[in-house]
Amino acid sequence: MDPDPIVDVKGLNHWFGAGEARKQALADIDMSLPPGSLTALMGPSGSGKTTLLTLVGCLRAVQEGSVRLMGHELNGARADELTALRRRLGFIFQAHNLHESLTALQNVMMGVQVRPGVPDDLARRAAAQALGLLGLSDRQDYLPANLSGGQKQRVAVARALVGNPALVLADEPTAALDKDSAADVVDLLKRLGAERGTTTLLVTHDNRILDRADRILTLEDGRILRGAGVSA
Amino acid sequence: MSRILQLLFGRLPIGWLQLTHKPGRFAAALAGVAFANVLVFVQLGIMNSMAAATLRPYEFFAADIMISAADANALAEGGNVARQWMLQALADPDVTEGMGLFVGNVPWDRGERDISLTTFGIDPGRPGFVAEGLTDRLGYLQVQDAAILDRLARGLPREEAAAIRPQTPLTFETENRTLTAITTFAGGGGFGGDGYMLVSDQTFLSLFPARSSAAPDHILLRVRPGADVAATLDRLRTLISDDTLRIRSYADAAAEDLRYQQTRRPTGVIFGFGVLIGVLVGLVIVYQVLSTDVADHLREYATFKAMGYGPRFFLGIVIEEALVLGVLGFLPGLAVGTAILMLMGKVTTLPLAMTPLMAVMVFVGTVVFSVISGAVATRRLSAADPADLF
Repeated sequence: MDPDPIVDVKGLNHWFGAGEARKQALADIDMSLPPGSLTALMGPSGSGKTTLLTLVGCLRAVQEGSVRLMGHELNGARADELTALRRRLGFIFQAHNLHESLTALQNVMMGVQVRPGVPDDLARRAAAQALGLLGLSDRQDYLPANLSGGQKQRVAVARALVGNPALVLADEPTAALDKDSAADVVDLLKRLGAERGTTTLLVTHDNRILDRADRILTLEDGRILRGAGVSA
Repeated sequence: MSRILQLLFGRLPIGWLQLTHKPGRFAAALAGVAFANVLVFVQLGIMNSMAAATLRPYEFFAADIMISAADANALAEGGNVARQWMLQALADPDVTEGMGLFVGNVPWDRGERDISLTTFGIDPGRPGFVAEGLTDRLGYLQVQDAAILDRLARGLPREEAAAIRPQTPLTFETENRTLTAITTFAGGGGFGGDGYMLVSDQTFLSLFPARSSAAPDHILLRVRPGADVAATLDRLRTLISDDTLRIRSYADAAAEDLRYQQTRRPTGVIFGFGVLIGVLVGLVIVYQVLSTDVADHLREYATFKAMGYGPRFFLGIVIEEALVLGVLGFLPGLAVGTAILMLMGKVTTLPLAMTPLMAVMVFVGTVVFSVISGAVATRRLSAADPADLF
């Protein structure tokens, strides 16, 4: 018997705007992500990839349909339930979204301290270890302004992974990385899937990632293409 | 500071790090908060000075009950009171002593400018009616045309006032009479005059020939120790059945005078509005500083929200920033405000000064409103989905 999916989406529809300007961004999305899998989500710009990612990541309210995340229904969930669920996720943003006044280490520490009661020294050690895994041990005390685009993105990856999330949602995580760094990040995500059962859903156009993905979903005009671009 | 805040909040001092990340903007924010504090301090100082100046002459005397004309809203205003009512009041078993108090303005031509002295005519044989510091000097007033002069009077040089002693009195002309200031007391300039002067009732009547000894401005009464002043007042109101009189406790008379000055006199109303406008402008500045800071970091806060941080975390950052700005902005605000009030007090001789109550009120007000401003500014963050804020 298959284990329960980490993410189970059924009949998901989403619109932006209102009245005449209302536009459907996602239509009849059905999707499930098994634990430990790495799924790549691809499609042209404006096809709804980021919208789907933000809906699954509790960053946007579900309008119609069902999104079950780790067994919890997101449609109609209370704000405190969504906050609790977000703590079990790791989100890697396209624009890294690092806090400009915090050092690399402090930015990553924020990914640990979101859980109440974590001692400062433990958060500091975990953050240093995560930065080490991404080859940034010597950049711990740098402010984001003093890091390259690739280094910032790796700090964002470290921040998403340091809390040992059950699900990693990543929006173009390798766009700013060179070939080797991108491969390292994807290998790290794959390893986490194998060792800890971490599930990953990532939006990408990067063929280097597609080769390593367990499954590929293709979105077009807000719909998942059946048969095309899906691999097991 | 960073360590203190880390200990206080049990997490990274994000508010402090945010504020200090851009020193120029931080300095501007502190200057804004300091300016708001100075604005409120100055307006409060002026308002307080009016209260202090109004109540100051009441402190020269000691009484339990004051009988005044019905239209006497202030010590130096209103009609006269027939002395006969004092004799009537003395019939009450608890009233032990009475004295007529005469009030008038005496101009003193000092060449460059005139000084207007609010002059009180009192019975020098009744030391029980003057404040403790004045009782030993009251005897000097037994001499005709003798005066006790306000050494803090506006327009009277301090060296000249300091030289006034019984051995070296100061003689000056006023109202076609020659007065001799034998000693001094600390009064201070007010809004109605440049200073004060105490003379005997006989000297007062010489200065104001139109006035009658039978009609002082107010009647002051003392009751026996331990007597119930309220009960005595009730009896006096029955005994003295004259609707044109106000029979009040001395403390109530002072309080009503102050209320009248603050709410009915143009200066009081203007000063009241000054405080209101000062506080409103101060609040707008503080709100602007905090809300701009929150707006500047909305994207970063949205990221924290996406990571699972809740409303209390953001409120914590705002409280941290409010404390930092409140404390660090308050200190220069207090220093500048104190200096301005001192300077204004020196120039005007009004009792303008920073009081501990003002400092505490403004500090607490600044921090509390900073927190409220920040909390209001984070409402958008609480209401919106994180994805809409990136």
